[in-house]
Order: sequence, then C-alpha cells, then structure tokens
Amino acid sequence: MKQILVAKVEDKPGVLNRVASLFRRRNFNIESLAVGHSEAENISRMTIVTDEVDALRRNVVRANLLKLINVIEVEDVTDLPCVVRETALIKVNADATRRREVMDLAEMYRGRIVDVANETLIVEITGESSKVDSLIDLLNPIGIAEIMRTGKIAMKRGVVTPRNGN
Amino acid sequence: MGKKINGASIIWESLIQEGVDVVFGYPGGSIIHTYDALTKYKDKIHHVLVRHEQGATHMADGYARASGKVGVVIVTSGPGATNTITGLATAMMDSSPIVCICGQVGTMAIGGDAFQEVDVTGVTLPVTKHNYLVTDIKDLAATIREAFYVARTGRPGPVLVDVPRNVQIAEMEFEYPTDPINLLGYHPPERATAEVVAAASALINQAEKPVILAGHGVLLSGAMKEILDLCTKANIPVTTTLLGISGVPASHPLNIGMMGMHGEAAANHAIQEADLLIACGMRFDDRVTGNLKTYSPNSKKIHIDIDAAELNKNVKVDIGINTDLRTALQQINPSVTAKSHADWFAKIRDWQEDSNERDIINAQTPGFHASQAIRGIWEGTNGKAVVVSDVGQHQMLEAQYYPHDEPRTLLTSGGLGTMGFGLPAAIGASFCVKDKEVWVVVGDGSIQMNIQELGTAVQEKANVKICIINNGYLGMVRQWQQLFYGERYSETPISSPDYLKIAEAYGMPGYRVMKAEDTISTIRQAQAHQGPVLIEFMVEAHDMVYPMVSPGADLHNMIRRPYKQFDNEETF
Repeated sequence: MKQILVAKVEDKPGVLNRVASLFRRRNFNIESLAVGHSEAENISRMTIVTDEVDALRRNVVRANLLKLINVIEVEDVTDLPCVVRETALIKVNADATRRREVMDLAEMYRGRIVDVANETLIVEITGESSKVDSLIDLLNPIGIAEIMRTGKIAMKRGVVTPRNGN
Repeated sequence: MGKKINGASIIWESLIQEGVDVVFGYPGGSIIHTYDALTKYKDKIHHVLVRHEQGATHMADGYARASGKVGVVIVTSGPGATNTITGLATAMMDSSPIVCICGQVGTMAIGGDAFQEVDVTGVTLPVTKHNYLVTDIKDLAATIREAFYVARTGRPGPVLVDVPRNVQIAEMEFEYPTDPINLLGYHPPERATAEVVAAASALINQAEKPVILAGHGVLLSGAMKEILDLCTKANIPVTTTLLGISGVPASHPLNIGMMGMHGEAAANHAIQEADLLIACGMRFDDRVTGNLKTYSPNSKKIHIDIDAAELNKNVKVDIGINTDLRTALQQINPSVTAKSHADWFAKIRDWQEDSNERDIINAQTPGFHASQAIRGIWEGTNGKAVVVSDVGQHQMLEAQYYPHDEPRTLLTSGGLGTMGFGLPAAIGASFCVKDKEVWVVVGDGSIQMNIQELGTAVQEKANVKICIINNGYLGMVRQWQQLFYGERYSETPISSPDYLKIAEAYGMPGYRVMKAEDTISTIRQAQAHQGPVLIEFMVEAHDMVYPMVSPGADLHNMIRRPYKQFDNEETF
C-alpha cells in the first residue's frame, strides 16, 4: 500500500521546491505529487504519494514534512476513509475507422472525448488509479500516442454521525 | 511620521532590536550599502572582519555555542555566500543558532546570471533550518525578526536571509514589529502528555540496568539541573555524546564518560547490556550506535527530542517524547523513585577499572603523546577553560583527556566533522566568554584549513590560546589506514610551515613544546599574554585513539589499547 499524505502549505515561492528537495535529501521516493490552491487564500494543498511501506518510516516522512516552516499541516490518510482520484488525458491514434471503438471504451469508463482530429482522439478519464490503468490497457492495442496523468489527489470522507440506539 | 531610512540601515536597526552587539562578516559589491550604513552603528555593533566567509560562519557558530545566543554573519552575494555553506552545514548538523545575512544582486537582475549572482536560497536550502529571499523592503524587518525567532527556538539551527541590493537601497520608515510571532507552520512542541510521562516514569522505575544518554539537547534546552536530578534521584549512570560533553559534569560520579566510536569502553558496554536507555536530546548518530542491528538489543528505549523527525529515525523506540528536554524532565522527575542499582554499578566499575589499566596516561611509555599534551592543557587551565577542538584524533583525545565540568565549555564540530572549525569558532567564542580562558586544540591538518583566521585573531586581539597538536599526519585517516587499509598511508603525511615563524609573521607569540614536562610552563607563559598565542606540541606520529569501534561494527566490539604494550591491537 502506498503512503498518501495530504499537506496544507503556504502558497509562497519555492515551497514546492522545499517539499520536493526534502524527499530527495532524505532519500524518500515520491511516487506522485499534486498541488493546487485550497479553499483558503494563500494556502495550497498537496497530495503526496510515497512508496514507503514501513509504519515508522512513514511517521518520519510526515515529521520531516512538518519540520518545513512553510508546511502547516500534514495528514497521513493512507489508512483513513478517503476519496482518491486521478485524472488522465490519453491521446489515442485512431482515424475515422477506429473512432467508434475508442468512444465506446471511453463511455464504458465514464470518460469523455475532449478532442478529435483526423488521426487522433483525446480521452479524459477520472477515477481511481486502477481504473485509469485499466482503460490504458484497453486502449493500448489501438495505439496510444501520449499519456498525461495528474497523480493522485486525496480527500478524507466526511464524518457520518452514527445512529443512536438500535 | 518617522524618518525614512534605507534597507541597509533597517538591517542594523533590526539586529540591534534582536540584541546583537557583534557580527562576523566580509564586505563586497552586493552588501556594500549595508557596510556603508554600518558606519552609523559602530558604537552599538562591533563588526569582526574575517579573512574568509567560512571563518565568519564558524565564528558566529562558536559565539552561539558558547553563549546560547544567536550568532550573526554578514556576507556578500555569489562567492561570499557560497563560502558560508560549510559553516551553515556545520551549524545545521549541530543545531547551532546562527543568522546569515547575504547581499544579493538587485531583484531585477536575479535569474540573469549577473556578476556575483548565485541562487543562494537554492544552494543553502538543505543546509539551513529555513531561508528567505526578501524582495520588498516592507518585509525586511519582519523577515529578520522571524529569522532570529526560527534560529533560536525549537531545535535551533542556521537561518539565511538573502537581501538584494535594491532592497538595501530602498527607503521606508523603520518600525520593528512587536506583535507576537505566529507562524502558520511552525509551532515548537510544548509539554508532553500525562500518559507518555507516566509511561516513561514507569519504565524508569522498573529498570534494573538503566543508562541515560545525554546529548547536545541537554545544553540547548538548559536541562543541566534536570538531568542531574534524574540521574541522582534514581542512581542512573549517564553517558554523553561528543556534543553532550559539559552538559553533565565530567567529575560527577554518575557520569561514565563519552559513548560511541571513541567513547569509554564502560559506557559502550553499559549501553549494550542495559535494560533501559533514556535518550535525552541526542539523535542516535552512526558514530554513537555502531551497528544498528546489534545496538543495545535487550533494552527498552525512551527518546526525548524536540525534533519529532528524530524519533524512530535510526533506532526504534518504545516511548518517543516530542518536547523540549528540560520541560519533559521536569514532568518526569517527580514520579521517579529512588533506587541504588548497586549490582549494575559494580559491573560498570569493573569495566572502568579495566580501562584504567590500559590508559596510556597511566603507562610509562617513551615519547611525547598527544594525550599527555591535552591532559597538560587540562592541568594548566585547571580544567576551567572553554576548549574549542577541531576534527580528528586530537578532537577525540580532547574529549577523553580534558574533563569538562561546566556547561558550554567544549565547542566542537560533531555532526559534520568540519576540519577548520576550531580556530574561527574560538575567535567567535572569545567575544562572549569573559570569565574563562578560550583554548583551541587543533591538529596540524586542521589548523592549515582556516589558518588565515590568525589574521582575524590578531586584528581583534582575540584572547585565544591556540594549541597545535602536530604529529605530521592527517592522524585520524592515518589511523584508519593503519587498521583497515593495510598501512597504505595514502596522502596522509602532511607538512607544516614553521608555525613559530607564522606566529611571528602574524604578530603573536609562538612556542614549541618538545616534551611533556614543558607543557605546563609553556601554558603559563601563554596565559601571561593577553591576546592570541600559538603553541605547537610536537607529538608522536603514530599514536592511536582507543578504544575504537570500527565503522559499522557492534558497539561492544571495540579495538582496545593492549595492556602495557603499544605495538599491536587486541579486540575484546
């Protein structure tokens, strides 16, 4: 199981570099890192996926991130109920004769065709990484020209209040 | 409305607000405005002109270690800034609070490879606790204030502030912020929870063979009294790391000396046989643990450290307490019960007895040994000097043969092992140590790495006594070559200049000691002179530092000095 960390960081120049540099410096491997604005002004949120499996090492990764002055909060959501998604854009080599086939596959995966050209189509797909992987496997025989993946983004699920009594 | 002043003046005003009265630096093109403004502040701040920016960082570091205050460095952009990197890394590894203010090319020129431009915040990122690039004069005072706060709080460390030329030139009204500092992402831990305190004291009270491992954190958190309270209350032996030396008085009967690669055999054996380790402000460096797989295999471990990232980093612990050491011990001590641990001490005393029989100091061996020179310096200074050691055999021998009883009296580069640290760090320390002598113990290799700072010592009339332990070798590497590389002494014989002529050329007294008997009288001569003095001790070339845990070996597997003969080694 990959480690998934969600970090709240100050939106300042160089913060991404500090985070990335920390992983290199401490010899931890980043599998993916996604960053963007959060709901609050001047605060970004990052989802960082590492290949660390050892629980103690995972804590050390988290503690090191928290040590960065610009990092406000870090939560290890690996074992928490959360929604994890990834978006991919897949450019498929498909002329008019194979368009239908690609469109059908995209539809089955609730993907969308976001660009059509004479020789190619771009499929946009969002889902768990395994779903993205599986669509890529199916499109491969047709011929994939390019893949662009965002890396995972994660969000903890809301708390459901348990019902009282019986 | 106040009067407008320029950014250069704001730097000095801010430093004054932070209580700074001495800075170590070197002028240059991108910091020239700040040096110009300094002329207005000469009565409040003393500037020490160094000979190389690395020297400035070690001076600020030595000042910080000796005083507990933040040391300050001022340098120019480009090479001025890159020359500080070794010093910043040294301070980073040893948690020493310094603030380095760097000139930078103008904001419009940044990124364009201007003359003396370097990406300073980029290159210093991994060797600073934090760094800043100030692009607007409005942020300057607040950033300097934040830099001091970050440097001295939590786990202390070096902080760099890069100030472009045009920010130094711009003008605004100066007002130093007074509101409480509240950084979104920086909150040093405060108290340990009651549960963890109860769990820790329960382990301590159950232990039959406990050992306290006292690190630099004892000095940094000012927990000297608390750690003594703990060890005396429950009769627990204390061993220190290299940087933990002087946090617990060496003469205290419960202090069993330094641990680790060249630590006391008794301390290493005690760690290996312990049933409880209480690690206080230390970080289980490879030089103190040896082989991690066999490290203290039967002990429970309590680790108190202000840096959460140190807990479970190298050694898995049973109880990790992430808080200030002094606070943690104040919380734990009341629930610790009195014990004698008589059997445990009997065992430790046996190990100590064995070490005494092997000690070179107790043997009638021919020649003048580095250990004798250092023991002589201890006698000559009544054990009361602030000693700044450099890196190598002499550093380990200083730790073994100069017992320190008072806090902050040994300053040395532990984590990074920076040769060239000793002389400049001692010069820095001499600006805050007023009630003690400052002595440098340095090898013939190390002194030549920052020998240019003799010029600074003379110009500043710094009252430092410099003892060069000259064995004609890069001795520690030579020792490894002798033990592990088939006596192939690859590039370790090193020549020296005539140090008496060097001393004379710089304008300071110089002495040479050829035999142990002359040590004390020469020290007396040096003490009679106010200002820097150089003493060269001509010692045996092939002395070894014992005990030695080979790199990666088990901690109890030490190469020991044989009884009464010195030409071969035994392993115990």
